Amino acid sequence: MQKYSALSLLRNALSGHRDWQPAWRKSDPKPAYDAIIVGGGGHGLSTAYYLAKEHGLTNIAVLEKGWLGSGNIGRNTTIVRSNYMLPGNNRFYEWSMKLWEGLSLDLNYNVMFSQRGVLNLAHTPSQLDDYARRGNSMRLEGIDAELLGREEVARMVPGLDMSPNARFPVLGGLLQPRAGTARHDAVAWGYARAADARGVDIIENCEVTGFLREGGRIVGVETTRGEIRAPKVGVAVAGSTSQVLRLAGVERLPIESHVLQAFVSEPVKPILDCVVTFGAGHLYISQSDKGGLVFGGDIDKYNSYAQRGNLPVVEHVMSEVSAMLPFVSRLRLLRNWGGIMDMSMDGSPIITTGPLPGLYLNAGWCYGGFKATPASGWCFAWTMAKDEPHPLNAPFTLDRFQRGYVLDERGAGPYPKMH
Amino acid sequence: MRIHCPCCGPRGVAEFSYGGDGTVRRPDLSVTDTDAHVAYVFERENPRGPHVELWHHIGGCRHWLRVTRDTLTHEITSVEMAGRFAGEAARISGAGA
Repeated sequence: MQKYSALSLLRNALSGHRDWQPAWRKSDPKPAYDAIIVGGGGHGLSTAYYLAKEHGLTNIAVLEKGWLGSGNIGRNTTIVRSNYMLPGNNRFYEWSMKLWEGLSLDLNYNVMFSQRGVLNLAHTPSQLDDYARRGNSMRLEGIDAELLGREEVARMVPGLDMSPNARFPVLGGLLQPRAGTARHDAVAWGYARAADARGVDIIENCEVTGFLREGGRIVGVETTRGEIRAPKVGVAVAGSTSQVLRLAGVERLPIESHVLQAFVSEPVKPILDCVVTFGAGHLYISQSDKGGLVFGGDIDKYNSYAQRGNLPVVEHVMSEVSAMLPFVSRLRLLRNWGGIMDMSMDGSPIITTGPLPGLYLNAGWCYGGFKATPASGWCFAWTMAKDEPHPLNAPFTLDRFQRGYVLDERGAGPYPKMH
Repeated sequence: MRIHCPCCGPRGVAEFSYGGDGTVRRPDLSVTDTDAHVAYVFERENPRGPHVELWHHIGGCRHWLRVTRDTLTHEITSVEMAGRFAGEAARISGAGA
């Protein structure tokens, strides 16, 4: 791998930028590997990287149906945070945060991780109490959290409607200063390049069409580019989880696929230097380095595999953002798009061995998968290498629904549209 | 997306609340097999294609509807009354979906 540095930039500038190597090879599938990851998105690529780096497994392949990072890793609103309340969740996401903090150096690729802070607005006294409880739960786990009053919020985010006559007046907020954003595409590219450098084959335009079985065990996959055998097959395909596992004969899972829309405005001068979330609805917004305001809200709330959404949600999100930041109502929307979320029944992910021998599953990310990318790959790699979960992902089993150990952060019950 | 309510006619999706997979059946409470209850509460087929699902016309007649919709194209191929009015669409409105 050609190392990126100020020196290499200078050297390549002098030679007219004609000598850069491709960031990763175009690999052709070999007939067999030690492990296969299905899904070349953020989670699949980070799994391959950590399998190679932490567990010495380098004879592995990542199979991607389309092109690398064409799914949710390139469709999200780039927010990274670990402000969860339940210990099963906040320990895992805090480990992810720690990996984020060293990620650019680790990968030798600038993922533009920016710890600009995530501020959740509170609009009622009981919501503020709830935030205090969540903040305390975070601090007990060693995660940074600060409860802000009304004046502090107004100072921090000058564009907010802080009027006492607002429909939902702002009373305060919960701030996680170490949270922030990262450049989403760079995360996919950085993991792909670093995994490739350790010998991982990244195979694009290779769709899995079936699974190979021997005596009830999964021993490989059938693909549009031929059969590939491996004693371990990991599946990390987000919204397509039910589709892919149906090929292995798993007909029912605690997952529904829903579409989530995201939006970006025309670029404007710097106006918002942190991530803010609206507490009287569901909205999260930040400003990209290009100047566009990047924001999103609720899922469309019905099963969908269409990577586009419906207009009522667009209207709802726009009314929320203009209630919170009135200046946004005068901006034009540049683009909106949709991605398919694997909404689990309790709103928490699944990283586990099984559900069949030789198969490993990484799914159920709802709309919180991006921030989990490093820890998800790290834990999934551990699970695949050692055939048992790491303590960090031990709560994320598939049988927790059966055993009654659901991890329902929101307390919404078994309704995927509510998480 | 519009849903042709058998009672109210074609209405925008914002008038409706989604009730999830319409094929799951709650096991009789006398069934002590946990698996049957777990399947009802948590497990879904989640198909890409035709999906039988429930919608509540919360901003209209408040009837529960059983809708067959393609989850990839959003095309709706059938809408009928669910619950105690099941099968009575023709009598109520004189027309089906």
